[in-house]
Amino acid sequence: MSADGALAAAVTPGIADILLEVGAVLFVLGILGGVARRFGLSPVPLYLVAGLFLGEGGAVTLDASAGFLAVGAELGLILLLLTLGLEFSADEFSSVLRRHVPSGFVDLLLNATPGAVAGWILFDSWTAALVMAGVTWVSSSGIVARVVSDLGRLANRETPSVLAILVLEDIAMAVYLPLVAVLVAGGGLVEVVIAVSASVTAVLIVLLGSRHFGDRLSHRLTNAEDEQVLLRVFGITLVVAGLTTLLDASAAVGAFLVGLALTGKAADRSRELLSPLRDIFAAVFFVFFGLSIDPSTLPPVLVGATVLAVITLVTKVLTGWYASARDGAGPRGRMRAGLVLAARGEFAVVIGGLAVASGLEEVGPVTAAYVLILAVASPVLARFADEIARPFMPKPVAA
Amino acid sequence: MDVIETLLPGVGRRYEFTLHDGHQLCVVSTRDDHYTVSSFEADDPDVGRTLFRLDEDEAVTLAEILGAPRIAVKLADLSREVPGLASEQVEILAGSRFDGRSLGDSQARTRTGSSVVALVRDDRVIASPLPTQDLIAGDVLVVIGTSDGIAKVRTLFEAP
Repeated sequence: MSADGALAAAVTPGIADILLEVGAVLFVLGILGGVARRFGLSPVPLYLVAGLFLGEGGAVTLDASAGFLAVGAELGLILLLLTLGLEFSADEFSSVLRRHVPSGFVDLLLNATPGAVAGWILFDSWTAALVMAGVTWVSSSGIVARVVSDLGRLANRETPSVLAILVLEDIAMAVYLPLVAVLVAGGGLVEVVIAVSASVTAVLIVLLGSRHFGDRLSHRLTNAEDEQVLLRVFGITLVVAGLTTLLDASAAVGAFLVGLALTGKAADRSRELLSPLRDIFAAVFFVFFGLSIDPSTLPPVLVGATVLAVITLVTKVLTGWYASARDGAGPRGRMRAGLVLAARGEFAVVIGGLAVASGLEEVGPVTAAYVLILAVASPVLARFADEIARPFMPKPVAA
Repeated sequence: MDVIETLLPGVGRRYEFTLHDGHQLCVVSTRDDHYTVSSFEADDPDVGRTLFRLDEDEAVTLAEILGAPRIAVKLADLSREVPGLASEQVEILAGSRFDGRSLGDSQARTRTGSSVVALVRDDRVIASPLPTQDLIAGDVLVVIGTSDGIAKVRTLFEAP
């Protein structure tokens, strides 16, 4: 036994350093998260700022724990996408599809275009344009759902269309992420077609399969004690994520598919059990993205990121305006829908992180600054949506 | 009365209806079986102001007082409590050979071991239907039994 212990100590020198660093980081994040919640904000931007301070060129550098944080960030990404997939079922998705597809297209067109143009202008590359298109397109499901619920707007007329847009974006990510993963890795047209058709097929199989066999599968997986359920679901998710990584798709997509496949009570139970784990590793994920960015690269991109944030704030407001008007909401409801949807967060970071990890490092600082601005501005503005909508009250015409 | 049901993906469901005096009422049921009842303001007809919130037991109690049929929900709970027992809904499709015949004709209990414990027609619920109960296309049977037994009931009623 003692020989084993000595061996372990020899193999992993500085385990104490790792524990100290990781522990200190998590504790500080806990404090920051509390501060953010006190002001009714999402902790995501504060996690990013913490990462900026700690990383390369920051106030303190984390050397010992860098390896652990890298793995932790990957687990965080997988858990974020898994719990997102658990959030909704095939039935919900098909009902959203029947009703809200035009809103989804307006969302894509209005919000991906400014990002694509910015990516093209700033970096002069099609791949960067595609990455930036994703960054500006996708709202943060986490922030939006939380703000809607915190502000007591679940019963409001505009809310179903807001949540429907989130669902459509999330499902679209299952196709978009492999596309980006292949392109930033330098894949050609053939690889792109293969990756995208494979992921579309996988999503369809999982959606149809979970309608017919989901209950049985869910029952098998979760008909046990909490501990076993946690281990089974997490284990299967990691295996599937590993397989999708081997296939050159993103691990995130595999995790998302596992989440989609689980339905009903099993999904509820998995979500409940995995949430604490998700919270820890998702925080690590956001910090790690901040770590990968040198704070001195931020000031030069600040103006560009602000302009992009303002433009895509307006385009998201137009999106929410259009989508909720289709559900019969009035001007104030439309403004509420638009401003709450303007929050960008975890997916923008996921996409930016994917690009940075594959060597497209110049996208990182813009993405970080952009997310910092909108993750803070949108929840604050959403609170004052009724006042902001006042000019549109007498003559309700789209801005 | 027309109840407009909308899905709140990731949250639950939203039901909206207009009362006889013109007021609009909205009920949001969340996945943890909590219910929020809201009314809409004259000032902004899109904003639901929360009147009260109910947890699962309170909602069942209120429903019982109001006499609303919540049989299906309770059956789902029952089947969860007894391992191996499941409850499912089986619809009588147009073209089923039992469309227009009586429940007794199907001999569902004898043939499959599963029990038909309720019949839903439009928005009415007929609890514990008798063998003489007539069946018409569009009726939904609430069946309790083992998974296999329920599958047999489904096959039985789907056969032309």
